[in-house]
Amino acid sequence: MKARMTFLLSGMAVVLMQLVFAEEGGLRLPKAVEAGDSFSIQSAGSGKATLYIIGPEQVLKRDMQRGATALFPAGSLYNAGHYLAVLVGESSTETGSFEVVPSSKPANLSFLARPSRLQVGLHGGITGAIYLFDAYHNLIVAPMPVSFELSNPSGVVQKNIVVTRNGAAWTGMDSSAQQGIARFVARIGGVSSTRIVRQVPGDPCGLKMSARQAGQKVQLATEPVRDCNGNSVPDGTIVTFTATYNGAQSTVDVPLKQGFAEVQMAAHSGATFSVASGVVLGNQIRWER
Amino acid sequence: MLKSFLIFFLVFGTSPDGGSSQATVRVETANLQGPRPLPEQTGRAAIRDYLQSWQSLRVALEQNRADLLDSSFVGTAKDKISETIQQQAVLGIRTRYQDRSHDIQIVLYSPEGLSIELVDKVEYDVQLLDHDKVKTTQQVSARYVIVLTPAEVRWRVRIFQAVS
Repeated sequence: MKARMTFLLSGMAVVLMQLVFAEEGGLRLPKAVEAGDSFSIQSAGSGKATLYIIGPEQVLKRDMQRGATALFPAGSLYNAGHYLAVLVGESSTETGSFEVVPSSKPANLSFLARPSRLQVGLHGGITGAIYLFDAYHNLIVAPMPVSFELSNPSGVVQKNIVVTRNGAAWTGMDSSAQQGIARFVARIGGVSSTRIVRQVPGDPCGLKMSARQAGQKVQLATEPVRDCNGNSVPDGTIVTFTATYNGAQSTVDVPLKQGFAEVQMAAHSGATFSVASGVVLGNQIRWER
Repeated sequence: MLKSFLIFFLVFGTSPDGGSSQATVRVETANLQGPRPLPEQTGRAAIRDYLQSWQSLRVALEQNRADLLDSSFVGTAKDKISETIQQQAVLGIRTRYQDRSHDIQIVLYSPEGLSIELVDKVEYDVQLLDHDKVKTTQQVSARYVIVLTPAEVRWRVRIFQAVS
């Protein structure tokens, strides 16, 4: 009887011990590991086991002894994400999960600026958007201030500081009144990325021509063609001269050369000449001999 | 313009055991940052293509075939998952990811229209197989940040990252 009681008690003790081990036997995992950092995973119990760390971003597998600590050197896990740790032993499996978070130190900016070429004087005409990454190309989702700077040819700098949201930030900038190359820079810490934005003159403004006799013809010539901000409209821009006489119309398209356009047309007394470029109309001249 | 919308619909896929399975999808009202309005059709196409990317992910990681990622993934996301597939193949591991539910919100349509960012509170099952022996199946709940960029005829996942 006594022997049976002793056997029963010792059996219960074994079961209790197993329960205690089961309760304590969970994996001791870090809550979060910074990408690329070293970390360790502790287990309880004894016997051989295999530790798996799995996620869509990375997988690791290691044979280990239960009760030991598995040390993972720096660089073992570098892709941010949600990972499962699974310890598979001969008789039981334990699981847990932890996060690998991006490093808080930015290393790369993905910077998209649009457009690469636009007219001067456009409000909000230039946009830039960035995504922020660490050295392992993980998206840094913690809010961080990004500086956007647009340096215009005149030396004027527009600057916006935008805090990232979910790893992204964007801004809008105005093109300057002066034509030329602008440098668009996104910067955070020591990391920056530059894009070039070409600002070109706008449509002609105040298009004006004059007329003079040239033999049997009339010589029509524009004044220097400029946009409304005083920038020279580029050579090659088409200027259209139109002559209207007795209900008939003739037109000539002339590309700008060195800022001017000129043409000779038939000189009928009573003819009307007009000038235009694109949708911009210039002055009219009535020719009387 | 993407109207406020809240949609529940089901995506039909194939479960790891070959049977059919469904993921419940909830799309939250878009909370857009950025100046560009998102056409409703564009938003729907991006979400549709993103959900299909989970199917590509599942079969690619289950069969250890990186080429199956091509239709849905590009850039960093493709590189990282391809690397995982390589690691799995070397270790003799396969994993089966079965998405169960998605709670999606579009958070950014970039000003130039070349990226859409969304967040997804996703629930999925992961099954681990080592040399074709199932070691464990776990339910996971995670929040993902996804960036999609347009390809020829569809949106592809460029960033695919679980965040805490």
